[in-house]
Amino acid sequence: MPGLISEPLGYAFMQRALLEIVIVGTVCGLVGCFVVLRGLAFIGDALAHTVFPGVVLSYIAGRSIMIGAFAFGALTALGIGLLSRSRRVSADSAVGVLFAAFFALGVVLISRQAGFKKDLGSLLFGNVLGVSREDVMATLIIALIVIAILFLLLKEFTLVAFDSTMARSLGYPVFALDLLLLLLVAATIVVSLQTVGNILILALIVTPPATARLLTDRLGRMMALSTLVSIIAGVSGLLVSYHADTAAGGTIVLSATALFLLALVLAPNHGLVSSYLQRRRGYHHVHHYHPIDELAPPGDQ
Amino acid sequence: MLEVEGLSAGYGLTFHLGGISFSVEAGSVVGVIGPNGGGKSTLLKAVAGVIPMRGGAIRLGGRPLQRRDGGLAFVPQREEVNWDFPVTANDVVLMGRYRQAGWIRRLDGADRRRAAEALERLGLAGTGHRHISQFSGGQQQRIFLARAIVQEPRVVLLDEPFTGIDQENREVLHEVIAGFARQGVTVLMATHDLDEVAATTTHVCCLAGRLVAFGPTASAYNPETLRATFGGQLAVFA
Repeated sequence: MPGLISEPLGYAFMQRALLEIVIVGTVCGLVGCFVVLRGLAFIGDALAHTVFPGVVLSYIAGRSIMIGAFAFGALTALGIGLLSRSRRVSADSAVGVLFAAFFALGVVLISRQAGFKKDLGSLLFGNVLGVSREDVMATLIIALIVIAILFLLLKEFTLVAFDSTMARSLGYPVFALDLLLLLLVAATIVVSLQTVGNILILALIVTPPATARLLTDRLGRMMALSTLVSIIAGVSGLLVSYHADTAAGGTIVLSATALFLLALVLAPNHGLVSSYLQRRRGYHHVHHYHPIDELAPPGDQ
Repeated sequence: MLEVEGLSAGYGLTFHLGGISFSVEAGSVVGVIGPNGGGKSTLLKAVAGVIPMRGGAIRLGGRPLQRRDGGLAFVPQREEVNWDFPVTANDVVLMGRYRQAGWIRRLDGADRRRAAEALERLGLAGTGHRHISQFSGGQQQRIFLARAIVQEPRVVLLDEPFTGIDQENREVLHEVIAGFARQGVTVLMATHDLDEVAATTTHVCCLAGRLVAFGPTASAYNPETLRATFGGQLAVFA
C-alpha cells in the first residue's frame, strides 16, 4: 500500500511534478476564491485562452512561454477593463470578442509553424510530468508574488468584491484594484499552463473555491479550504494518473470535480443531504435569508 | 457645513441631474425626495463618488469633499447587497474601519472593540460571528448602520432606509439618525416615505431632474412644493 505513493516519488520527474502541482494548487485555490466571489469565471476562461498567442510567439522566439503568456494575459486584462468601462459594448460581449480573437490569432500563428504541432497537445492539455527544475522555480517565484499581493491587499479586494459602492465612497481606486485582480488571475493562469493546459485551467481556478464555499460561510476559511481542496485534488490526481496511466491534467481536474460533488452532497449547511434533513425536520434551507429565530422581532420581514 | 454647488451627474449623453446647489450646517438631516427617476439615488451616488460628477463641486467644511479619510458613510439599499458573500456581521462592521487602518495594515483590537460596541448599541450584541444572511431584514440594516457608526463619518448617506422595516427597527433608525445629528454629522437621506420626512428631517431637497425646492422642513415642506416636485402623481395633496 505505501508503495502506491513512494514508488512514483522515486522518480525525479514525479517529485518535480508534485512540487509544481502543490504550488499551482495553492495559488489557484487562493486567487480562485476572488474569481468565484466576483463571478469572473467567464473572464478567467477568456484569459486562459487569450494567453495562447503569447505562448506561440514565445515558442517561435525561443523564450520561456511564461513571458509571452503573461504579456498577452496583461493585454487581455487591460482590454477587458477598458471595454467594460465603455457602455457601448456589454462586458460579456467585450470579453467574448477578445477571447475568440486572441485564441484565433494563436491558431493562425501556429499554422505557420510546422515544428510546433507535436507540442500543441501539451500546451492545450498541460504536461506536468515534463516540468524542469527551472520551471518549478519560476512557478514558485511568480506564485509567491501573486500570493503576497493578494494578502497585502486582502482588505481592499474583499471590500471591492462585497461592496464596490462603499469602496468608491471611501475613495478607493476601484478600477485599478479590479485591473490588478485581473492581472493576478492572468499570472495564476500563466503559472498553471504547464500543469493542466489552457483548456482545463479554469477547473483548477473555479472548482476548489466553489467546493470550499459549500463548506463554510467565512472568507478566511474559504481561502484555506479552497487551497486544501486544490492541493488534494492535484496530488491525488497526479498519483492516480501515474498508476492508471491517464493524462495528468484531466485526472487532476476530475479529482477536483469529485471533491466538489462530495461537498455538494455532504456539506453541513449547504449540502443536499443536510438540506433534505432540515426540510424533513420542518425547516427551510436555514442558511439563506432566514432570521435568527430568537432575535427576530415578530412581523419583521 | 456641506455645500453642493452646481452639481451635474449621470451616465451617458443625458444628465440625470443638473445644476443642483444647496448648503446645510453640519448636523442637518436632509430628506431627498422626488418622483422615481427624479434623481434621488443619483444625487446620493454622485456625492458618494459612485457616479461621476459632470460638473459642479461638493465642499465639506469649506474644502473640497475628501473621501479617502473615511469621512463619508454610505448605507445601501437592501437589494444592492450580496447577501451570499462569505462575511459575518463583524466583518461588515469592520469594513467601516478600513480607511482608518490604512492600506495593507491589518485591523487591530481597538477596531474590533469599536465594532462590537456598535453592534451592541444597535441591539445585536453577541451576534457578530454570524453570517449576514442569518439576520432579518431590519437587523441587516442595523449591521450597515453599525458600519457607518464605526466609520466616524462627517457625512452619512442613507438610501431609502425606511423601506420594508417594522416599527422596532424604525425606532432604532430614528435613534441612529438623531445620534448622528447630535454629533454634528450631516445626514443625506433619499426616501419616498413622506411621513418620515416630516418626522426626522431638518431640511428637504426636492428633486425632479432638477432642484425644485430646498429649505428647512418647517417651511419648504408644504403642499405647493410637493405638487411642484411630484406633478400630478401625489393624490394626497391634489
